Amino acid sequence: MEGKHTIIITVANHIGVLARISGLLSSRGYNIESIIGAPTENPDIYKIHLVVKGTDERIEQVKKQLNKLIDTIKVVDISHSQNYIVREFILIKVNATKNLSEIFQLINVFRAKIVDVTKSHLTIDLSGPPRKIERFIELLTPYGIKEFVRSGEVALKET
Amino acid sequence: MTGAEILIDALKKEGVNVIFGYPGGAVIPIFDVLFKEKDIKFILTRHEQGATHAADGYARATGKVGVCIVTSGPGATNTITGIANAKLDSVPIVVISGQVSTNYIGTDAFQETDMDGLARSVCKHNYLVQKVEDLPQVIKKAFYIARSGRPGPVSIDLPKDVTTSSLKNYTYPETVDMLGYKPTLNGNARQIEKLAIYIDNAEKPLLYTGGGIITAGAAEELDKFLKKTNIPIVVTLMGLGSVPSDNKLFLGMPGMHGTVSANYAIMECDLLIAIGNRFDDRVTGNKQTFAKNAKIAHVDIDPAEIGKNIKTHIPIVGDAKNVLADLYKKVKPREPNEWNEVTEEWKKNYPLKYNQSENSEILPQYVIDRISHLSKDDTIIVTDVGQHQMWCALFYKQMKPRTFLSSGGLGTMGFGLPAAMGASIAFPDRTVINISGDGGIQMNIQELATCSVNKIPVKIVVINNSFLGMVRQWQDLFWNKNYAFTCLKQGPGCPDKCKGPTEKCESGRPYFPDLVKVAEANGIKGLRATKVSEVDAVLQEGINTDGPVLMEFMVKKTENVYPMVPPGKSLDEIIMGEE
Repeated sequence: MEGKHTIIITVANHIGVLARISGLLSSRGYNIESIIGAPTENPDIYKIHLVVKGTDERIEQVKKQLNKLIDTIKVVDISHSQNYIVREFILIKVNATKNLSEIFQLINVFRAKIVDVTKSHLTIDLSGPPRKIERFIELLTPYGIKEFVRSGEVALKET
Repeated sequence: MTGAEILIDALKKEGVNVIFGYPGGAVIPIFDVLFKEKDIKFILTRHEQGATHAADGYARATGKVGVCIVTSGPGATNTITGIANAKLDSVPIVVISGQVSTNYIGTDAFQETDMDGLARSVCKHNYLVQKVEDLPQVIKKAFYIARSGRPGPVSIDLPKDVTTSSLKNYTYPETVDMLGYKPTLNGNARQIEKLAIYIDNAEKPLLYTGGGIITAGAAEELDKFLKKTNIPIVVTLMGLGSVPSDNKLFLGMPGMHGTVSANYAIMECDLLIAIGNRFDDRVTGNKQTFAKNAKIAHVDIDPAEIGKNIKTHIPIVGDAKNVLADLYKKVKPREPNEWNEVTEEWKKNYPLKYNQSENSEILPQYVIDRISHLSKDDTIIVTDVGQHQMWCALFYKQMKPRTFLSSGGLGTMGFGLPAAMGASIAFPDRTVINISGDGGIQMNIQELATCSVNKIPVKIVVINNSFLGMVRQWQDLFWNKNYAFTCLKQGPGCPDKCKGPTEKCESGRPYFPDLVKVAEANGIKGLRATKVSEVDAVLQEGINTDGPVLMEFMVKKTENVYPMVPPGKSLDEIIMGEE
């Protein structure tokens, strides 16, 4: 079954490690939907959050290939597990020339924040589970989205 | 100590006594130290690709890590083919390349190239050393990574200023500690037990083993296992030599140019026990039908290989030697049964054959057959890539591990001669024969000079059909006999759409290039056989001459390699020959 998988890769914090991972994925023909690399509480360790699409078998191969990298410490596919807090962040610029009250209502319901206002546009920020982000985009679309940027997913285990 | 001194000291501590390479601006500091070094022999090749293949051949013949040192920029890029070659065949080499000084990195300086980026995609692992303090640890790790687990090439890119700057308290680390890299050596006990039960219950079990047996040094364990179980065995190109080819259970090599018995056995078996191999497409043919009646067990040290190409029923991650030893204890003795008889029948009914008559052109298979007869068990054969390589795999009788060296995964033309140099330097007292085609030999022909100057006694056999024979064969069989650019004698005087060689093409220059003269120009003895009656004499003279020799055999141009499973076809759709 073709599906979206969020994979957390824990790696040794060496130069070029992100290039190594993105290079590996492209050389084996996997398409990256998003990839974020950032330091962790341990300066020697770096965490990479990766979203890729593929069948379960294909994702199994991705995981094995990632595990094979010398710098890789751990690879976890969290797509099928419940006990992860997954968050994404979005900045979205929407047309604000009409229907303002409706847009404000939406912002309230989603507990989003207005971070910039101009004559023609509102810029909103929102963080939350990826599905909430998707829904927010979907509901704002009829009002005219000018542009948005998404951070990609990050996740943390509950316990 | 300077970085360069640390490097050489560290190499010695890793047991390195031979280095292949080529100097240049960025590595002068290293070569300056090497110049004064007594315990390391340095071989100056004539091209960095030659150096990399030589290190590779040295590693394949010995099981030790092969080392080469080259300069930055073009020196580094010239090693890429050799590194990729070692990667695909899991050969442990460490390639040290110079780099411009750290303050020049990223400025497109003279002879700067992003070796870190280039090497990344063809190496098991690679390093760019940014400060001299990191150097000891990096070398230690590089060697450990190259030789452990599934071996492979490691590249170390070394900026010039790192080699010239000093480190006060240098000690070479005794151990490595890497958080994420710990190869699994022992197979899961329960899985091994499960496999033993499958073996006990199988009617038609078949072993299918690869280069992993040789890498793991598991030939002895395999032999014991065969004696206890009497299971017929097929061995891949990379594994040839791990089982003596006169073993009764040995059915030959499977795959595209495998034997009929090996391919039929795969199609008919009910349990396929794969050890130390990776179900390469040249072995499997059509994956949908491959071993379609069998449960498949796959033992490999690299977890990523299991399930990659073929669905596996019993996966076991582990070192072939350990797993075979464990499996040996668990499995019940098995006597040869009907299945063994069936496989022996195939062997008898579909033997490898060629038809050499005294007065016709020399057949390539005949030359290789004769080499096989004139060789000792410990003679090392190093092939190039193409038709002759397949004939060597089929007609040369491999008897011992690490005596049959061939570029399998990458299929690198030009591998043979330099790799044979590496093997010969490792074992100066053994006969090392490089068998190449006329295409491949020309790809690294400059290494004749290296053999000559260093008195490396490689016996070079050129099977000359004046074609890029394997491509010609595909054109012959699948591309309407359009011999597009595969004739190495093709020139302005040739007919427009040549449909193959005729008597006429020989006029003017029968030997082009004249390889005997090329050998002689390099101070190497050159011999040539053009008739069947000359083959043995040339081989005997060549093999018994001290020092390097080149022997050229002018063979039939249109001979094809059979058996052959056409690309993408099922293994039982094997073509036996032309008639």
